[in-house]
Amino acid sequence: MSIGSLRTVYGTLLNFRAEFEAWAPKMSEPPYKAPPKAPVLYIKPANTWSADGAAIVVPSTVADVEIGATVAMVMGAPGQVAGYVLMNDLSVPHASYFRPPVRFKCLDGFLGVGNTLLPAAGADPSRFVLEVRINGDLRQTLSFDKLMRNPQQLLADVSEFMTLGAGDALMLGVDAGRPRAKAGDHIDIRGAGLGSLSNQLVAEAA
Amino acid sequence: MKSARVVYQGRTHSATERDGQLLLDDGRVAAFDAVSWLPPLAPTAQPRTILALGLNYADHAKELEFKAPEEPLVFLKGENALTGHRQATPRPPDVQFMHYECELTIVIGKNAKKVRRSDAYDFIAGYTVANDYAIRDYLENWYRPNLRVKNRDRTTPLGPWLVDAADVPDPMALALRTTVNGKVTQSGNTRDMIFDAPFLVEYFSSFMTLRPGDLILTGTPDGVVDCRPGDVVVTEIERVGALMNTIE
Repeated sequence: MSIGSLRTVYGTLLNFRAEFEAWAPKMSEPPYKAPPKAPVLYIKPANTWSADGAAIVVPSTVADVEIGATVAMVMGAPGQVAGYVLMNDLSVPHASYFRPPVRFKCLDGFLGVGNTLLPAAGADPSRFVLEVRINGDLRQTLSFDKLMRNPQQLLADVSEFMTLGAGDALMLGVDAGRPRAKAGDHIDIRGAGLGSLSNQLVAEAA
Repeated sequence: MKSARVVYQGRTHSATERDGQLLLDDGRVAAFDAVSWLPPLAPTAQPRTILALGLNYADHAKELEFKAPEEPLVFLKGENALTGHRQATPRPPDVQFMHYECELTIVIGKNAKKVRRSDAYDFIAGYTVANDYAIRDYLENWYRPNLRVKNRDRTTPLGPWLVDAADVPDPMALALRTTVNGKVTQSGNTRDMIFDAPFLVEYFSSFMTLRPGDLILTGTPDGVVDCRPGDVVVTEIERVGALMNTIE
């Protein structure tokens, strides 16, 4: 799995049950007015991609970075998942999901991409468990048996309105309780069969 | 100069215009209707970043019952959404409101990071026309406009031409108009943008690196109407081109 083979990388909002339930009380209020019906997606463009081991620059204007450990489906062809890869979907913390989060999610380097592709054949995504460590301390554990839409359902519902082609990737979502980190911190995400994804956050040069 | 990318007799070519025909990169000449038009963009090694503005004309923001935004409302699109001049865009069955959006599109010419407004034009290679269709039935208030509205396959025709920036001396004073089956339904001028081209290059490059071939679709003015299967929609911008699309 190399970054060079990726095409468009999509993220999925509110796909972990705990995250969805935390938002549920606000869903019927303005500006949202109703819970989401179709999958809510966003794009992590190519300027955000960081390889395993790469340093990720945190701008001086950003105090904390939210760590969004997840797994992405990588497509082999339309309708066909080639495999699964670790991703670290970094964000500048933001309180609203009303408008697309471009200036919070599309900063240079703000998507760590693992280099291990777990082939889809024989993989059971519902058994994926990720551990997130910051400077060696375990800060979050995610279990992918707690999704609102499992990968198969998510792909079907997304494919109803757009085609994911070879090299396109669809992240399965980030869980509630995402830890925050700052420049100087080392982030390590790992999961059985998925390998590990490590990135060092570094301060922007003055 | 203005350039296109077309498929002619099974092969992809870059082309320029000569006397109302296409001059292909192998020296042959082809009529406009003898080719299949692609977006007028050279391929990029990594997928291009496609930024699009919402509510960037005061009159359109008013039409949609929003107050003008204080910072750009921006969303991203995938390359699956793009298609070329003279192509067809599907209207999903059973929807009530699918409308065009005629938009001046900036094509980035070189890596842009932390560019100042006063230098922004140095980073623009040229301009093209986008028709950024929206299917309003699918609007939800989560990351609005959500991708189901804005990122469907082939719902963003682009072209016909990439016009060199040098040939568009004032991109902030161009007439735009859209016709549906020959009748004018939308007209405006790029001078009425809330956030203009230099501002947008400065704004985006303040937090992300723009690369050659990346696109900024700058939003649409007042006057969007529902389009039905069979409708021929022409989105046209002075000096840049007239982009034709058919609803299927």
